[in-house]
Parts: sequence; structure tokens; C-alpha cells
Amino acid sequence: MPSVCQEEIVAMRRCRRGSREAFEVFVNRYMKDAYFIALGLVGNREDAMDLSQEAFIRAYRNIKRVKPGRRFFPWFYQILKNLCVSHLRKRKYRRASSLGAADSPEAAATADCFSPDVVAGRNETKDKVWQAIGKLDNKHREVIILRHFQNMSYEQIAEALFCNQGTVTSRLYYARKRLKELLGTEKGGGTSDMR
Amino acid sequence: MTCDDYKDLMMGYLDNELSDEQRQRFEEHLAGCGECASELEEFKKLKAITDEVTLVEPEDRMWQEYWGSIYNRIERGVGWIIFSIAGILLVIYGGFKIIEELIKDPAVGMILKIGLLALIAGIAILFVSVLRERLYFWKKDRYRDVRR
Repeated sequence: MPSVCQEEIVAMRRCRRGSREAFEVFVNRYMKDAYFIALGLVGNREDAMDLSQEAFIRAYRNIKRVKPGRRFFPWFYQILKNLCVSHLRKRKYRRASSLGAADSPEAAATADCFSPDVVAGRNETKDKVWQAIGKLDNKHREVIILRHFQNMSYEQIAEALFCNQGTVTSRLYYARKRLKELLGTEKGGGTSDMR
Repeated sequence: MTCDDYKDLMMGYLDNELSDEQRQRFEEHLAGCGECASELEEFKKLKAITDEVTLVEPEDRMWQEYWGSIYNRIERGVGWIIFSIAGILLVIYGGFKIIEELIKDPAVGMILKIGLLALIAGIAILFVSVLRERLYFWKKDRYRDVRR
């Protein structure tokens, strides 16, 4: 995750005056992060690409609302996350209405879209881990994605989530615990059998 | 301190996010607590297999076209807004012209004229009411500036 730099400060100032070219700086800087975070949250390539682009469009339209001195990424992350959560909610209702009342439509709607074909160098273990991540609830999946896939520090995660580092560690603990349970209850045994 | 109090330190230890002092404190606890030591081992295994999972990078073409796609969508958005405003204005103007003609036409019955005027008055009241409600809630919204 790149840190804020002079280029970003200047670009933000120009964006406030309506420069689309200046906004390109942010897009080029964060497009991969945006895509991979969205992919981690919704589990599907096409949706991730579309949602990440839509988040940039909304950010461009609302960039004047960013208070001076604030960093772009944590603010942008909130837009992206809200879009992904809203997308998952719509997917849940679509599924619920097409299948009737399910036991846990939210988890099912998310997990079903976590196809392992987005995982690089696939094998059985990686597929299981990816699908288990898809079964986590949004709050827990989010910290796993930011930590493991984006390699963000606790400080960066806390800034993006607008919470303190204690909350980040606590969520990571419960997310990992849940992930361990999910992998442990999968066929083939727990994490100890997965090397 | 109980084991529960060391959960946060355990995550920090696992992710190499602890200060020297915190690390030392956690290692001291770990030396005397088999339960935490065993849990840490499980987490280490989990972290190792999770770290192995990486996601497929889209083709370079996708990144090259990324900004272009956003730019086009922004531009089209502006176009749609102008188009919609123009459409609404034309529909309102046309509607009023038609109603004006009907009101002025002596061949049209009085009941129809009164009905039309009542319809316009109803729509106007509803519009003002919704607008006022929106403005009221927007002004009172305590969270409108949160997280910006």
C-alpha cells in the first residue's frame, strides 16, 4: 500500500478544482488495490472490476467532500466497501427470492460466488482456503483481505476502517479463529492436515 | 492478566507488529501457558496456508483500459444528467401547454378542467412536501459529514 506523497497532495488540490487528468493519478495508483480488495469482498472477477471502477467514479463526483489534509485511500476505501456490501446485499435478496427462504442466504450468496478460478497456482488447499474466506462474514473477511492479500499494516487497516488498532487485532483474531473452524470442519481435516 | 488479554498480542506477534517490549511480554506469557502456545502454533499454520493463496492478476490490457473506462463512464454520466434535465423540462413544458389548451378550450367540460387543476395542485403539493422532508432530514442528519 503506497504512502501519501507530494504527488497525491497536488493531485487532490487539482481534483478539487475539477481536473479529470489529476484524478487519473489516484486511479493509476490505487486501481490494483481497489480491484483486489473488491475481488476479496465479492469473490467474482467481473463484479470486482465493475465495482472498483464505480467506486472511482463516485469518488471523483464527491472528491470535494474530502477534508483538506485527509488521505485519499481511507476515504476511497469506505466508498468501495459500501458498494461491495450493497452489491452482496442485492445478491442475497436475488438469491433469496429465486430460491425461497434459505437458512443463511447471506453466507450462501457470498460463498457461492467465491469461485476458486481466481486463485493463482490452484491446488486443493488453496481452493479450500479461498472458499472458507468466502464463508466469513463481511467484517471478518475484510480484515483478512486487507492483511493477507493487501499486506497492509495494522495502522493502515485501522486508518481504512476508521477504528483503532485494538479493534483490528480483535477482528483479526476472531476472523482467523472462524477461518480455522471452517477449514477444520471441511472434509479433509483441519489446518494441521493442510500442508 | 488472563489468556484473553493476550489475544491481541498474539495477533501482533504472528504478524510481526509488536514492539520489543510487547514481544518480550508475550513471549514470557507463552513460556508459561501451553494453551496459548498451542493456539499460536495453529494460527501460524493457518497464516502460512493463507499467505500461499494469491489471486490471478488480470491481463495487462485490463489495466491499460481501466482509466479509459472510468473516464468514459464519468463523461457519459454528465451526458445523462444533461439529457435527463432537458427531458424533464420538455415534458413539463409540453404538459403545461396541453393543459393550458384544454383549460382555454370552451368545448372541454368544466368537470374535466377542475379535475386537471386539482391534479396539478396535488402534484405540486406532493413535490413540495417531499422536497421539504428531504431537506429537513438532510439538515438534521448527524452522520452526513462522518467518514469523509
